[in-house]
Amino acid sequence: MTRCLLAARGNRFLYSGFPTKSSVVQVREEIKPVALWKPDPSFYPSAKMAMQAPPERHAYVAALNPAGSNKPDAICVVDLDPDSATYCQVVNTLELPNIGDELHHFGWNACSSALCPYAPHPHLERRYLIVPGLRSSRIYVIDTKPDPRKPQIIKTLEPEEVMAKSGYSRPHTVHCGPDAIYISAMGSANGDEGPGGIFMLDHFSFNVIGPWELHRGDQELAYDFWWHLAQDVLISSEWAKPSQFENGLVPEDLLGNKYGHRIHFWDLRKRKLEQSIDIGAEHQMLLELRPSHDPRESYGFAGVVVSTEDLSASIWLWYRENDQWQMKKVITIPPVPAEEKDLPDLLKGFKAVPPLVSDIDLSLDDRFLYVACWGTGEMHQYDVSDPHNPQLTGKVEIGGVVNKKGHPKAEGPLLGAPQMVEISRDGRRVYFTNSLYSTWDDQFYPDKMTGWMVKVDVDPDGGISLDKDFFIDFGETRVHQVRLEGGDASTDSYCFSS
Amino acid sequence: MWLAMILFGAFHGLNPGMGWLFALTLGLQQRSERVIWLSLLPIALGHAIAVIAVVLLVLAGLQFVPLATVQRFSALALLAFGFYKLFNYYRHPRWVGMKVGSGDLLLWSFLMASAHGAGLMLVPALLGGSDAAHAHHGAHALPEGAGMFLAVGLHTLTMLLVMGAVAWIVYRKLGLAVLRSSWINFDLIWAVALLIVGSLALWMSFAP
Repeated sequence: MTRCLLAARGNRFLYSGFPTKSSVVQVREEIKPVALWKPDPSFYPSAKMAMQAPPERHAYVAALNPAGSNKPDAICVVDLDPDSATYCQVVNTLELPNIGDELHHFGWNACSSALCPYAPHPHLERRYLIVPGLRSSRIYVIDTKPDPRKPQIIKTLEPEEVMAKSGYSRPHTVHCGPDAIYISAMGSANGDEGPGGIFMLDHFSFNVIGPWELHRGDQELAYDFWWHLAQDVLISSEWAKPSQFENGLVPEDLLGNKYGHRIHFWDLRKRKLEQSIDIGAEHQMLLELRPSHDPRESYGFAGVVVSTEDLSASIWLWYRENDQWQMKKVITIPPVPAEEKDLPDLLKGFKAVPPLVSDIDLSLDDRFLYVACWGTGEMHQYDVSDPHNPQLTGKVEIGGVVNKKGHPKAEGPLLGAPQMVEISRDGRRVYFTNSLYSTWDDQFYPDKMTGWMVKVDVDPDGGISLDKDFFIDFGETRVHQVRLEGGDASTDSYCFSS
Repeated sequence: MWLAMILFGAFHGLNPGMGWLFALTLGLQQRSERVIWLSLLPIALGHAIAVIAVVLLVLAGLQFVPLATVQRFSALALLAFGFYKLFNYYRHPRWVGMKVGSGDLLLWSFLMASAHGAGLMLVPALLGGSDAAHAHHGAHALPEGAGMFLAVGLHTLTMLLVMGAVAWIVYRKLGLAVLRSSWINFDLIWAVALLIVGSLALWMSFAP
């Protein structure tokens, strides 16, 4: 019971102490794929089969040290095996060799999509983490074998190379496709403006192949992307140009509705923009995209951070009707009134806390949607069995701009709030961290936010509760995306319907 | 010759990467068993066209150069290609998506068969057959060509039957979980097979 608290102290020590052994970087020149005789056991034909997978034993967590700390970012390995002596602790920290990368999202080199029949690569190995630096435009390839607790950098794509070959900068979302690794990027090469887009990495050599789009139409802003793989559809969303986020949220741009509010539907095969939908300029920052995992279905959910009309956040459903894509608001989360003195400068005038939905995640059975409210400090669970009519089935509170709600295993109030969510393959455990983006953290949580990771237990019939024993304190280091060993609910795509 | 044609047909039929899995997925996606069987036809046809293209090349070659030269040349080509595949067995042409019509499937199958040297693999067996034809009946271009096409037809028919059988068994009995346990590395086997057949063919072309 006290192990986690000890672990928390241990982490602080890890960060203030000497670099761990594994942070000595070894760079192997050539990456030769290992000849597997059978498919990687973590590849599953369908999402339903993947839900039978054994529980995850490790999480990889992107850790960032904000500017001024003079410390590099890191990938932390967290022990998630309840039977292990080091459960709920950071068992290793792989420090990166550069300072200021700003780790954010990352992903696996290969996943269940490798079984897709139109471009099968069943003997690839889920082994390498593709880790982009959102600020530096550098990309690290990190090997998690042979010892999953001791990942090592085996290749680094320097910013110059990434930009020259891809035409883009500020790499963000990584998805393992059946034929290549796809990465979205926020900016164009050599510039703080657009257009942002998507580029590809070779599955085997990890070299940049080039930009993905052949006909981009008028798409300019970029952020997240994912696909309906079995329907040749790629979907992309809009955040902002690098100049609109790197030095912090630009209030004038937000009030002027200059952040992204469109969603784009592409022909994945022809690499061509087919349809864009503008959901209304007041719906600022259309970010995370979570398509149904069932390849026969053609719907998904998109999160909108804030409405400039009423400060609400919203979840939108995309679906197909009359051969066209449609967007419909299915969840609205209202702001919470607050005293001016309790609010950071940015929000004082509004006398309310916006929910700020920064991340969403859909369980592998397409039943539960998790929604992180980074402003109000809440994690919501919705039953989306009927995607057109989500029902709120659970809620936990932690952190928050005003509430700063604590955790049984942490001392005092907590800054930050539910942000990046990850769901285990079986849907029984949900992990989340509290940092959004270094400069934005400081705007909404100006009192020196620290990094933490918590876990939520899921009732199979709906309902969530905070695991009172699971709290990992990362100290001044902030933590962002969590990736689970063997895959999770926002990694793998499936070409087979059970 | 006939046995080799049948065996290679069966091997292609078994390999999920060569067609049956694509057909099965399309059927599952469209909730129609009929789609599975209908999709197999263009896949088999595309494969046959790729092989026939090579046969035509060989027949054309035989008009200008002696049989032994063609044999040696194709054996060396097999060895070179096998050596390349041994180190690149995991690379495949990348072209289609999942929403495909018969034309797409035909072209996909043609590309896969061509890129993996399916036609080239059959050349030694075909030439062996034509060698026998020379010995017994004397040179006669037309029946020789007809024999080759018959062999290709047999090869394709075997492939189609095996594909259909495997797709049926997986669809009706085993379920897709079988992919996790039984999708062995056909690509690596193929690379080794190319090398073995190439070596045998080279040896035979020098044998008396």
